[in-house]
Amino acid sequence: MTAVASDKQAVATPIFRARVLPAIILAAFALLPPLAMALDDSFLVFFAIRVMIFAIAAVSLALILGFGAMVSFGHAAYIGLGAYCVGILAENGIWEFYISLPVTLLVCGLFAAVTGAISLKTRGVYFIMITLAFGQMAFFTATSLSAYGGDDGLTIWGRTEVFGSSVLSDRTTFYYVVLAFLAGAWWLCATLVNSRFGRVLQGARQSEMRLQAIGIEPYTYRLVAFVIAGMLAGISGALLANAAEFVSPAYMTWHRSGDLIFMVVLGGLGSFAGAVLGATGYLVLEEVLSHVTEHWRLIFGPFLILVVLFARGGLMGLIPGGKRHE
Amino acid sequence: MSEPILTLDGLEKNFGALRVTDKVSLDVLPGEIHAVIGPNGAGKTTLIGQISGSLRPDKGRIVFAGHDVTQLSMDKRARAGLARSFQITTILPEFTARENVALAIQARQGHSFHFLKNVSKDEALNAEAGRYLTDLGLGNRADVHAGALSHGEKRSLEIAIALASEPKLLLLDEPMAGTGREETDRLVEILNRLKGRYAMMLVEHDMSAVFALADRISVLVYGAVVATGTPEEIRNDPKVREAYLGEEAA
Ligand SMILES: Nc1ncnc2c1ncn2[C@@H]1O[C@H](COP(=O)(O)OP(=O)(O)OP(=O)(O)O)[C@@H](O)[C@H]1O
Ligand SMILES: [Mg+2]
Repeated sequence: MTAVASDKQAVATPIFRARVLPAIILAAFALLPPLAMALDDSFLVFFAIRVMIFAIAAVSLALILGFGAMVSFGHAAYIGLGAYCVGILAENGIWEFYISLPVTLLVCGLFAAVTGAISLKTRGVYFIMITLAFGQMAFFTATSLSAYGGDDGLTIWGRTEVFGSSVLSDRTTFYYVVLAFLAGAWWLCATLVNSRFGRVLQGARQSEMRLQAIGIEPYTYRLVAFVIAGMLAGISGALLANAAEFVSPAYMTWHRSGDLIFMVVLGGLGSFAGAVLGATGYLVLEEVLSHVTEHWRLIFGPFLILVVLFARGGLMGLIPGGKRHE
Repeated sequence: MSEPILTLDGLEKNFGALRVTDKVSLDVLPGEIHAVIGPNGAGKTTLIGQISGSLRPDKGRIVFAGHDVTQLSMDKRARAGLARSFQITTILPEFTARENVALAIQARQGHSFHFLKNVSKDEALNAEAGRYLTDLGLGNRADVHAGALSHGEKRSLEIAIALASEPKLLLLDEPMAGTGREETDRLVEILNRLKGRYAMMLVEHDMSAVFALADRISVLVYGAVVATGTPEEIRNDPKVREAYLGEEAA
């Protein structure tokens, strides 16, 4: 009897998780600009753009971390790479999205393919360390790019253009473009996870031996997921470069990679809505606390530890029907 | 007599100074159930590991379906038609029983680089997975998370997953381990039903199950095969009685 009851719950839960919650979250973001306009609060829009950009990166990390158990500690490198693609191209007079977007995807995809092919030979702590090492490599490479600002970073005098037009310079337009990328990345990742490919990815997280015993070697599947995640994070970097009109090696420090992991864990592993909520919660807390005291990290750190220890499902665990399993 | 589906030729394996497989040569014929018995630590699981590819032998050859597979990886051997169940239950606990079996079917159908179609809505796949589960008596437990199944149900699920690969040879490592009398009888009946359809190598401690199912039995002691024969021959082999059955027969 109890089994029957829990089966029903298991059927009801995913609909909320898969459809209702994402719709609510995206609708909230979509309604924010008019609300901010009514409140005459332009900072809100500026801030929400930043949140959505990091949400894209968090969603991409959630794909490999939450569903593939690949704890990449170098994910911020892709944000930096994406941002530098836009910055360096602009510095050389190339502003068109139809060049900068494919270049971003190509560069991040290649970096992910090469570093992933090596990293995925390892497991556990070694995987964390080696992705961290590759991330640091990208960081130090960026600091040594003296032609492009080195340590100081690079100011971009404008925004990416769309067939010669500078529509992205309009804040509201840019806002909705970022939102569209977030919705797209989210849809893509959710679709991947529910596909045959996603089954393999999630199965490999639970038992590699079981997969090999039925004839599946998970390595290539993991690598493909790793590359997709890298490319998506690269897009968030390209958007960040546009939002800030500035690129800097600081985008790809290991702190930033750690922040991304915390966003995903804070939201709740194994959920893209969780990753988006986690990114939002993280940045809002950071913003609020940093206004209260300059030692905000002293409060933030213990808070995160408490979340990890006691709210194991993260923010998703607090939402009714948001938990992964009953 | 038809060609064996599996031939082990002088297999040797050491863990440091410990010899766990000692010049093992044996074969499994098509449709046959070949049981491997032996005391704890005799090297039965390590032998299954070498056949399935999770362990590499130090010496010797493994010929499966006419091909030397000694150097092949585990997943390649599985795709060639070698399925195994594990002594220590190895299922995907967060997936439902149906999803566990569906993944094995999916693996048999080819590569899994299909990114867009929702696999849980693949009705043909779900129905096929359901049939294997029903065969193993898990029909009404299909949509329960595998981790929430009882121990006996998990043992059955292991076998359903292995069968879903439609293997040429089934390697079963103590499928009855830790199950009660009733569950054991049920599994014996199921394996009896599958007999002839699949060749099987059955490692099992439950002697009544072994003697009820096996066409031939090999006895492994300290990594070496001390006897191979029909259940009758093994029952009456003085060497076997001394080395192994003695304690239980007494
Ligand atoms: N990875 C390993 N490294 C070192 N020794 C091992 C390893 N795996 C198994 N052994 C040892 O090899 C011997 C054979 O182990 P194995 O698991 O094959 O025995 P078994 O016949 O399956 O026993 P049981 O009936 O208890 O399942 C044992 O002494 C065991 O301790
Ligand atoms: Mg064993």
